[in-house]
Amino acid sequence: MENPGIGIVLWYTLAAYLTLSIFSFLYKDNPFYRLAEHLIVGISAGYWIAILYHTSLKDLWLQPLAANFMALFAPGGSPLLEIGLIMTSIVPGLLGIMMFSRFFSTISWLSRWPIAFYLAITAGVALPLYLQSFTIRQMQACMIGLAGSPWEIFGDVIIIAGTICGLAYFYFSLEHKGVIGGLAKFGIWILMIGFGSTFGYTVMSRISLLIGRFDFLIEWYEIVINYAKS
Amino acid sequence: MAGNVEMGFWDKLMAIDRRWIYLTIGIVVFIPILLDMTLPVYVTAEVKAVYDRIDALPQGTVVMIPCEYDPATMAELRPMAHALFRHCFAKDLKIVSCALQIEGVTLVKDDLALIAAEYGKTYGVDYVYFGYKPFPAIVILNMGENFRKPFPRDYYGTELDSLPMMKGVVNYSSCALLVNINATSGADYWINYANGRYKAPLALGVTAVSATDYYTFLASGQIFGLMGGLKGAAEYEKLINHNAAATKAMNVQSIAHSVIVVFILIGNIAYFASRKRKKAI
Repeated sequence: MENPGIGIVLWYTLAAYLTLSIFSFLYKDNPFYRLAEHLIVGISAGYWIAILYHTSLKDLWLQPLAANFMALFAPGGSPLLEIGLIMTSIVPGLLGIMMFSRFFSTISWLSRWPIAFYLAITAGVALPLYLQSFTIRQMQACMIGLAGSPWEIFGDVIIIAGTICGLAYFYFSLEHKGVIGGLAKFGIWILMIGFGSTFGYTVMSRISLLIGRFDFLIEWYEIVINYAKS
Repeated sequence: MAGNVEMGFWDKLMAIDRRWIYLTIGIVVFIPILLDMTLPVYVTAEVKAVYDRIDALPQGTVVMIPCEYDPATMAELRPMAHALFRHCFAKDLKIVSCALQIEGVTLVKDDLALIAAEYGKTYGVDYVYFGYKPFPAIVILNMGENFRKPFPRDYYGTELDSLPMMKGVVNYSSCALLVNINATSGADYWINYANGRYKAPLALGVTAVSATDYYTFLASGQIFGLMGGLKGAAEYEKLINHNAAATKAMNVQSIAHSVIVVFILIGNIAYFASRKRKKAI
């Protein structure tokens, strides 16, 4: 490893200190953990504002608006077209400003307009696609022709039975007795197997994050040692 | 009397301070990191499907690899992204990428540049990074029409049309496939809009926590491949014959999981033993 500069050493040391501060919560709540937690919240908020300003407000709103205003007063342009383009920036901008009316009780009703606009877009764009992608396609996937090797057929039967029984468990208009009760009970087993596999994956995920932090601490140690030796 | 002493032991075990468990897990994870060992990694069909589709693409083909991970999830998804980038660059494929998770914007930029440098690839010629725009649903929908609608300029502020690689690259139909690496349920947006609306061939690389949620989409054919957590990354590393962070971490995982299984077994035995004792009393 090449010799790191003092800047690298300091930043890595600060990050290592914050990592250990967060880990200290495993022992018990303490001021080091609290400081690290508050830093995350504060820095995240500042980072978000900076990124959103540069990638959205400036890039998608301020710059096009300024360019269209310039074009409006430029010779040989098409005023109607430019006014139309300006409005496509001004209307969303006004809707955005109206969201801030929530801070003032007398005019807070104004914020309902952009919310209504947002809901209408979501309903129009998302709902038909969600129905298609998350319901119809999943139903189609359960309509399986039982074919192939015995093992494949067994898998298909499990998918069909698991789906029907899982849905039976969530059918509450009939008491879970008799046939419905039996189906629901099998449905619970299927759900439990699903939760078990999710739990296994969750353990893997959490251990992965711990490995990531330990790797970082080892890297920090090597950087500090290299710097001290140089 | 002897039985009572034994039951007392199980009761104590049930009431053990959880910090001892944390400490044990910490030690069990930390020590294997320092050791040099290699445990086998088996490749699953869903990861092989991603590899095979990419491997079959001819030189110069454009692929899209949107990456949505942040510092909290990079331990899992960064090795996956690195493995994918390595495979694509080794095959001389061209990569288009973006980051629709705000905390990961600079991470993805650095990762892409790092692997590109390994293979001597040039920005704008071999790969392009769009950066970030808010509200992924709208951005993904807009990209389906034209990448230039949500991203008139790339991350570095260069107009997309002035980048040599972007000539003729319009939207998803210009890309042979999409592999979305996603730390959140934002992968739903890619399924719903990129695949559902624009029929883009899509594969996912997700955190292990959310992997089970996406197997249903694999079964329904809405995604053609799935990589789950570090295991998925390690499998991909094995396929490209480049053992890196994920493969090393899987060794640690195997040992840590074994200890956790032992804990679960002991916990269950202690639970039933102490319950039996309470009933007897």
